[in-house]
Amino acid sequence: MFPPIPNPDVSVQKPGFGTQDLVRRSASTVPVPTRQLTPVAKLIDVSKCIGCKACQAACLEWNDLREKVGENRGSYDNPEDLTPDSLTVMRFTEWINPETDTLEWLIRKDGCMHCAEPGCLEACPAPGAIVQYSNGIVDFIHENCIGCGYCIKGCPFNIPRISRVDNTAYKCTLCSDRVAVGQGPACQKACPTQAIVFGTKDEMKAWADARIKDLKARGFDKAGLYDPPGVSGTHVMYVLHHADKPHIYASLPDNPRISPLVKAWKGAGKYAGLGVIALSVVAGALHYLTQGPNRVTKKDEEEAEQLAEKQS
Amino acid sequence: MASLAPTFGRGAMTNSWTDIKNTDLVVIMGGNAAEAHPCGFKWVTEAKHNRGAKLVVVDPRFTRSASVADLYCPIRQGTDIAYLLGVINYCIQNDKVQWDYVRSFTNAGLLVDERFGYSDGLFTGYDEEKRDYDRTSWDYQMGQDGFALVDDTLQHPRCVWNLLKQHVSIYTPELVERICGSPKDKFLKVCEMIGECSSKSRTMTSMYALGWTQHSKGAQNIRAMAMLQLILGNIGVRGGGMNALRGHSNIQGLTDIGLMSNLMPGYLTIPTERETNLDEYMSTRGFKPLRPGQMSYWQNYKKFFVSFQKAMWGDAATAENSFAYDWLPKLDVPSYDILRAFELMYMGRMNGYFCQGFNALLSFPNRRKITEALSKLKFLVIMDPLQTETARFWENHGEHNDVNASAIQTEVFELPTTCFAEDEGSLTNSGRWLQWHWPGGTPPGEAKTDNWIMAQLHLRLKALYEKEGGPLADPILKLDWRYKDPGHPAADELAKELNGYAVTDLADPADPAKIQIERGKQLPGFAALRDDGSTACGCWIYSGCFTEAGNQMARRDTRDPDDTGAFGGWAWAWPANRRILYNRASSDLEGKPWDESRKLLWWDGSKWTGYDIPDIAPNAQPGQVMPFIMNAEGSARLFALRGLREGPFPAHYEPFESPIANVLAPRIRGNPAARVFKTDVAQFGNPEKFPYAATSYRLTEHFHFWTKHVQINASLQPEFFVEIGEELAHEKGIKAGGWVRVSSARGSIRAKAVVTKRIRKLICDGKPVHIVGIPLHWGFTGEAREGFGPNSLTPFVGDANIETPEYKAFLVDIEPIDGPVA
Repeated sequence: MFPPIPNPDVSVQKPGFGTQDLVRRSASTVPVPTRQLTPVAKLIDVSKCIGCKACQAACLEWNDLREKVGENRGSYDNPEDLTPDSLTVMRFTEWINPETDTLEWLIRKDGCMHCAEPGCLEACPAPGAIVQYSNGIVDFIHENCIGCGYCIKGCPFNIPRISRVDNTAYKCTLCSDRVAVGQGPACQKACPTQAIVFGTKDEMKAWADARIKDLKARGFDKAGLYDPPGVSGTHVMYVLHHADKPHIYASLPDNPRISPLVKAWKGAGKYAGLGVIALSVVAGALHYLTQGPNRVTKKDEEEAEQLAEKQS
Repeated sequence: MASLAPTFGRGAMTNSWTDIKNTDLVVIMGGNAAEAHPCGFKWVTEAKHNRGAKLVVVDPRFTRSASVADLYCPIRQGTDIAYLLGVINYCIQNDKVQWDYVRSFTNAGLLVDERFGYSDGLFTGYDEEKRDYDRTSWDYQMGQDGFALVDDTLQHPRCVWNLLKQHVSIYTPELVERICGSPKDKFLKVCEMIGECSSKSRTMTSMYALGWTQHSKGAQNIRAMAMLQLILGNIGVRGGGMNALRGHSNIQGLTDIGLMSNLMPGYLTIPTERETNLDEYMSTRGFKPLRPGQMSYWQNYKKFFVSFQKAMWGDAATAENSFAYDWLPKLDVPSYDILRAFELMYMGRMNGYFCQGFNALLSFPNRRKITEALSKLKFLVIMDPLQTETARFWENHGEHNDVNASAIQTEVFELPTTCFAEDEGSLTNSGRWLQWHWPGGTPPGEAKTDNWIMAQLHLRLKALYEKEGGPLADPILKLDWRYKDPGHPAADELAKELNGYAVTDLADPADPAKIQIERGKQLPGFAALRDDGSTACGCWIYSGCFTEAGNQMARRDTRDPDDTGAFGGWAWAWPANRRILYNRASSDLEGKPWDESRKLLWWDGSKWTGYDIPDIAPNAQPGQVMPFIMNAEGSARLFALRGLREGPFPAHYEPFESPIANVLAPRIRGNPAARVFKTDVAQFGNPEKFPYAATSYRLTEHFHFWTKHVQINASLQPEFFVEIGEELAHEKGIKAGGWVRVSSARGSIRAKAVVTKRIRKLICDGKPVHIVGIPLHWGFTGEAREGFGPNSLTPFVGDANIETPEYKAFLVDIEPIDGPVA
C-alpha cells in the first residue's frame, strides 16, 4: 500500500505555493521564481482501476460541480465525454488482445495530464488565463479567460471544455487548492484500490517501477509508464499494461506533442500576423492621408431609412 | 448463512476484510466484489501487490472484477454446483488435498448411515408430493458409546470421504463444460490454480455474495465452495476462508440479531407450535458431542436462551413460568419469509404490513404480484429515510408504474426515519466487526430514529392493552423497558442490553463464597451467561461488545502488530473479538502452525496463543479438542447431515427457469426441495418461448435504490439498461444505445441496450445459450431517469433453506423496439 496522505489539520492553513511560484503565464512573462518546488505527480495505474467512478464523484463533490443526468448511449461511459463540470471521466474500452485472443476491459481515467510543456498555455492568447507552477501544476485562472477555446486546440489530449454559463475554459486543476495545503487530489483520496496515487514525481516513478515489475511477472511484457517525452513528460502519468500501444486505451495519444499549428502560430506565425496587422494600420493611415475621411452622403441616409422602414 | 452454519458451525464470514491481503489466490465466483464492494476490494489489490496473489473470476459476464483478474472463466448462471463439484473431483483425482487437515479437522472419516444414498438426482427419503425429504437416513452410524463411528484411515466404504469421492466422480471436466458452458481448458486452468492451494504454505480465499445466494439452491452453491476450502485446508487460516460479502453495511447484523421470521438473536430459533413447553423446546437443542471430548458449544443453548428471555421480560421471566417461554410466538410453518408474507397478502390473508427499510416493490420478485398484494392491504406503514417506490406503489407513473390509483384502497403511512449518518449506533460488517458510529448530521424535517418510532408504537400499544385488555397481553405489558427515556431508548442503552448484565450477584463457580460479578454490572462475555435466570443478555454472540470497560465497538486502535491484518483493537468482532473463526485450525493437530510465515494461533505448551483471540478454550489440549467448537463432532462437515433441506452433499440442479434440462436428471425441474406456491408454478417460463438466460446485478455507480436520489450518482449512471453480447445483438438486430423490450412469463420491461464483448454466447449441452444482464437500480422516484428493475421479470421462488429469491437465473425474450416519441 502506498503510504496514505494523513488527514489535514482542521485549522486554517497558509497555501504552500502561489503566484510567486509561477514558471509560465499565458501570453505574458513571469519573473524567475526564487525557489523551485518539488515536482508533484498523480499516477494512475490502469491495471488496478476497477472503473468505479469514485474519482468522478469526488471531483464533482470537491469542486462543487454537478453534471446533468444524461442518458445511456449503449456503454458504461457517463457522462460520455469531459464537460465543463466533469473534469475527469472514465473511458471504457473492450479490447481483444490479438496475441492471447482474450478480452481485456481497459478502463482509463481521462483528464488533464498537466504537461511539463503545456500546449494549452502555449496557445492561450489571454494574459494570465493559464499558469504553470514550478511543482508542475497547470491551472486555469478564470477571471483572465476570454473563452476563445484556443487551449482546446493547443491541448494534445483534447481536455479543456468551454462553459456556456460563464464562457470560460475548464479542466482538472490537479486540486491545486488541496495540494497547496499538503493534501492529494480529491480523486486520489476517493480511489478505493489505490489505482490513483499522488506524491512527488520521483516517488511516483519509483512506485510505477514496482507496479511494472509486477505486471511483467503476470505476463504483460510491454507494461510501462506513460510519461510522454513529446510534451517533456507529464505530471499525471499512467501505468499501462500495454505501454507499447497507448492508443488502445480510448485513443490515448501514442506520441503527444503540441500541434505544429500552435507552434507556428505562436512562433513565426505570431510575428507574421503582427506584421499583417501593422501593415493594415499603415495602409489605413495612408488612405486617410491621401483620400481623406469617409463621409456619409444625404443619399446614403435616405436609402438607409427606406431600408429600415421596409424591414420593420 | 444457511450453508456455513451446517458446515462450520456459524453462519458468518470466517475471516475479515483486512485479512484478504494475506491470501495467495482470490476466487471471485458468485459475486462481483469490484463492482459491489469496491472499498473492500482494496484488500484484493493489496494481496496482489504484497504477495503476488492471483485473482480468478468465474462469472457469466466479464465483470469489473474480471477487468483486473489474472484469469477469467465464463459460466452459465445457476450451474455453480456442477462447476465446484468438478473442481473438488479434480482435486481428489489429482491428489490436491491437504490430507492432514482433512483427516484431522473434517468429518471425512466418520461413517454414514447404511441407508443413505443418492440416485437419479435425489437423495434418500424424497417425497415428491411434499417437495421435501425425510432426512432420517442423513446421519452418522452411531456406536454403543453414543458417539459417531469413525475410520481415521478413510478406507471404510461408508466413510464420508469415500461417499464424497463417489458423489463428485461424475463431475468430469467434460460434464462441467456440457452443463456450465465453461470451456474445458479454462476450467482446467482454474482447477490447477486452485489445486496449488492445497499446499500448507498457500491459501485461497473465496469471495462471494448474492451471485450465489439468489438461487433456488443458493445455500448449496456456498456449501460446495465451503467443502472445497476444507479439502484445501483453507478454513481458520490467514488469507483463507469463506468470505460472504454482505450487500448492506449492516446485513450481518440483521441475521445476528435475528431479524428473520424463524430466528431469535444469536441464531437461537423460534419455537414451532409443536414445542409447547420449554423442556420440549430444549429436547432437540441439547447438542451433545458426537465425538468424545468435543466442546459442542451449543450445549450452552439454554444459557443463551434463558438470558435472552430475561433481557426481554426481566423480572417477569421466572423459573416458575419457564422464563416466559409461552410468550414467544410459535411457528406453524417453517418461516414467514418475504415470499410467504407476500403470498399471504396476495391471498388476502395478511391485511397490514410494516415495511421498515425495505423497498419491496422493487426488491421482491414478480413485481406485478407484489403490486396486487400491496393493493389488497388495509394499511401499509413505510419507515424509510428516503422516498421509496413501495410508499408510492399506488401512484400512476405511466408505464413505469401502471396502476389505477382510484382502485387501490390501501392506506399508506409514511414515517420518515433518520439515515445511518444521522444517528448513533453500531453496524456489523461482513467480517463480524461491530463498528460504532456517531451522527454526522442533523435529521431533516420530521425524521425520527427507528428506535424512537418503535418505542412510541410500543408505549401506545401498551397503553391500549392497559386500557382495553385483550388476549395474551403479557408479552407487551411485561416487556422489560428499562430506558432512561422510555419514549426514546438510546443506542448505548440498547447495546448494553445486547451485551448483557448480571441480574443478581454472580458467585464464582470455583469459589461460591466469592462474588464474581456484582448485580447490575455489565457481563464480560458470553462465558458468564447462566441458565438459572441470574443473567440477562439480548444477543449472546454480541456479549462482550459493551462491558464494564466501556463500549468496545467504539475502539479505534489502528495498530496491527506484525501486519497480520487482525487489527484486534479496532472496533469489536463477534464472537469474543475473534477475527478469524476456527483459528485453531491454523495449526496442525499438535498445535504447530501449518505455515510459519502466516501463523495465527499456536500451542505454546500450556495454552493457545497468537495474534487472534483463540476460537477454542485457551487450554484445550491439541489433538483432543477439535477446532470447530460449534459442531457436535468438533470437526467441519463435508457431509452436512440434516442441516440443509436438499441434501447432505450439494448436487447439480438447474434453475427453475433454465435454457436446458437437467442433464443428470431430466425429470427434475429446479431444486426438488424448494418451496413453490401453486399460483407461481403456472408462471414459470420455458425456453421455447423465453430462450435467453437472464441474470440481475448491481452496478458500482449505485447502491440499490438509494443513490438514484443522489444527483451525482444519478449523473454517473443515469438510465436503466440491459446488457447483451454482440452475437445476440447481431442476431436480433439490436443496436448499442437502441431500445429493447425484455419479457418473461411474468412481465415485460423497456430498456436501452448495452451491446458488449463482455458477454459471450455459451454452448451448453450442445445448445447456444445467450445471456441477458439486467441491473437493478432504477425506479420512478429520485434524480435518475425513470426505469424498470429486474423484479418485473423474476420468478417467485426462493432458496430451499432461506427463501432468498432466485434473481440470478431466469428466462427472458428480447426484441428491438422503437424508442418513445421524444
